[in-house]
Amino acid sequence: MTILTYLIPVALVLGAGALVAFLWALRSGQYEDLDGAAHRMLNDDDRADGRRSDGSATRPKT
Amino acid sequence: MAPGGALGLPSEEEVRLAARALGDGAFQVELSVPGVHCGACINSVEKTLLALDNVRSARVNLSTRRVTIVWRGQDVPPLVSRLAAIGYPPHLFDTAGVSDDQTLPELIRAVAISGFAATNIMLLSVSVWSGADGATRDLFHWVSALIAVPALVFAGRIYYRSAWQALRHGRMNMDVPIAVGISLAYAMSLYETATGGHYAYFDATVSLLFFLLIGRTLDHVMREKARSAVIGLARLQPHGALVVGDGGERTYRPVIEIQTGDRLLIAAGERVPVDGVIETGQSVVDAAITNGESTPLRAAAGVELRAGMLNLTGPLTVIAQRPASQSFLAEMTRLMEAAEGGRARYRRIAERVSALYAPVVHLTALLTFAGWMLWAGDWHQAMTIAIAVLIITCPCALGLAVPIVHVVAARRLFEDGVMLKDGSALERMVDVDTVVFDKTGTLTLGALRLVNAADIAPEYLAVASDLAGHSRHPVAAAIHAVSIPFVERMEEVSEVPGFGLQGRSGTHLWRLGRASWAVANNDDKPGGTVLSRDGEPVARFVFEDTIRPMTRQTIADLIARNIHVEMLSGDNQTACDRVADTVGIERYSANLLPADKVSRLNDLASDGRKVLMVGDGLNDAPALAAARVSMAPATAADIGRNAADFVFLRNGLDAVLHTLDIARRADRLVRQNIVLAIIYNAIAVPIAIFGYVTPLIAAIAMSASSLLVIANALRLSAGRRNRGEATFVQTREVQA
Repeated sequence: MTILTYLIPVALVLGAGALVAFLWALRSGQYEDLDGAAHRMLNDDDRADGRRSDGSATRPKT
Repeated sequence: MAPGGALGLPSEEEVRLAARALGDGAFQVELSVPGVHCGACINSVEKTLLALDNVRSARVNLSTRRVTIVWRGQDVPPLVSRLAAIGYPPHLFDTAGVSDDQTLPELIRAVAISGFAATNIMLLSVSVWSGADGATRDLFHWVSALIAVPALVFAGRIYYRSAWQALRHGRMNMDVPIAVGISLAYAMSLYETATGGHYAYFDATVSLLFFLLIGRTLDHVMREKARSAVIGLARLQPHGALVVGDGGERTYRPVIEIQTGDRLLIAAGERVPVDGVIETGQSVVDAAITNGESTPLRAAAGVELRAGMLNLTGPLTVIAQRPASQSFLAEMTRLMEAAEGGRARYRRIAERVSALYAPVVHLTALLTFAGWMLWAGDWHQAMTIAIAVLIITCPCALGLAVPIVHVVAARRLFEDGVMLKDGSALERMVDVDTVVFDKTGTLTLGALRLVNAADIAPEYLAVASDLAGHSRHPVAAAIHAVSIPFVERMEEVSEVPGFGLQGRSGTHLWRLGRASWAVANNDDKPGGTVLSRDGEPVARFVFEDTIRPMTRQTIADLIARNIHVEMLSGDNQTACDRVADTVGIERYSANLLPADKVSRLNDLASDGRKVLMVGDGLNDAPALAAARVSMAPATAADIGRNAADFVFLRNGLDAVLHTLDIARRADRLVRQNIVLAIIYNAIAVPIAIFGYVTPLIAAIAMSASSLLVIANALRLSAGRRNRGEATFVQTREVQA
């Protein structure tokens, strides 16, 4: 049963990792425009994602 | 489209007022862009905006159909005109209503955490059920107890808060038994774990929270989606007005800063911001949304205007008579607040059920405890069984029974273009037996239509249509809408405010407008709109207000269902006679003031009638608030839209009937779900009382009953007529 002493923590850490990843994605606004994200993927022009043509990254503050 | 296409777009000053300073000279504004619907749209909107000087960033949100723009400097870049030019006319919306929604992130976080906890605890529980024993079982129980802590803190908090709120006000809601149940279950399981006992209910506690939170979150998401779609509709009230100072200087001031005696400039296509008297200028004013009059009014010096009227043809100088806080709009808001009441008195089904349910459950648990104490005398055993009763009766199914049906119903309505703003509205809709309609803008579209186009010779129609294209007057727009290819082009076209249009072709002078002006010796001719050539009348035009699509059919269907139909209008008797006759309404009243509409609704209510009010104007807003349940079209005035429970975005009036049907079907499902939940309790509670419930049985029973009510609710979305995105109808201005 000693195997439990590290299997349980490993399972919990993996689960917690997924939870943290989800909460991070939520906080960084990735769920705010699900419809738009689906369409932006098909845009060839990467300048359409909010950056100026000179390449400076200017994401709008939310 | 006629030159009227630019009507209703926000001015740069309005955009400036709506913008938020981000510091370091940058400003951010959010515009609603209903026309955006695809990847290419995102691309062209963002590229066009980024190409403007000083625009730092532009990002489209396709889900909410909004674009967030950040620019630098005091001057507003020509955002609105550029967007309109590429075919995405934007508008401002009420940012006050979109205050940062804190509830949704909290709910989603709670769902995520309780989901994580529920799955992990379930994993450990499965090993306990399948025979883990002794030290292993205790270890698993301890780990489960630990994982349950964040779930209780983050997810349980929502229920504790709501239960506390209810108890403090001496009410009962479904969250009270939930909060009591999970707390006692956790406390007892902890005691069991510490004493090395067999049964711990950590899994049941946390998965209960998880299931309930899913229902709650879906409910919130659906309601928020509908609300943001309504907020995204064009604002009809102006943010501010151009004030002319004593020295002639012009400043754009927010509406609340306008004082009595200020001189305001109101351009054609703008709405009147506060009540006032015209000082100079000649124009035509559309008062449909203010007081329900379908015929546009002539406006000249000395005429009193009310806040909300739309100036159609010429610029006006207006002296403000009252500040915004005492204007017509404010008066309507006061009437609305006074009228509200029928809605507040309504108690939701879930509240009524829980007011009975919670005491019964708690009493049953208490009696079980007392019974086992007397029978066996072992307080530990009695306690365990009493808590098992609490857990098994914890209203998992009951807590989902109502919200899940409402989620499915709201989604169904959303897809059909009806926005449900308040969950209880569906319940209030169910037993409606009287429908009261407003006329202008509700039964009719508020746009004139040329009736006798067939009787007019095509060459004259062509001339009239060409002339009419030069004006924003609703009559002109109606003639222009019958577009016929021009035979000869008009030259020197000019508009004579208050009279009509004139133009020259070759040697002939053509006039389109008032008979008294267009016809040279007008002694015995009746009034109306005529086309004249060199003073001789050649064509006469007859108009009527366009009836909303599906109106006749809807009213016939309502009457066929034994629903009493009435029309209350602020318009004159003749206009009401005609519309009532066309659509088949027998009972109607004309020339009503807003307060008259409210008192009529109160009369109906005191007769025991359950009234649905459908209206759009500023003058309907108090009535919308006074009715048991209310609907407004998307073209309604801002406060009307806010007051209504439902807002329908499509043009057809069949939305009313459709909403009624969905509400009734939803009501049947809610009742079935409650019966299912009660049957579940009738079976499970005796098992629990006699002490046969183990954590395994509790987990299975609760999940099964929840799945059952969810499956039942989903039946509502079966048999959908037309799927797809709600199409946004254009606002009245854009149509005109």
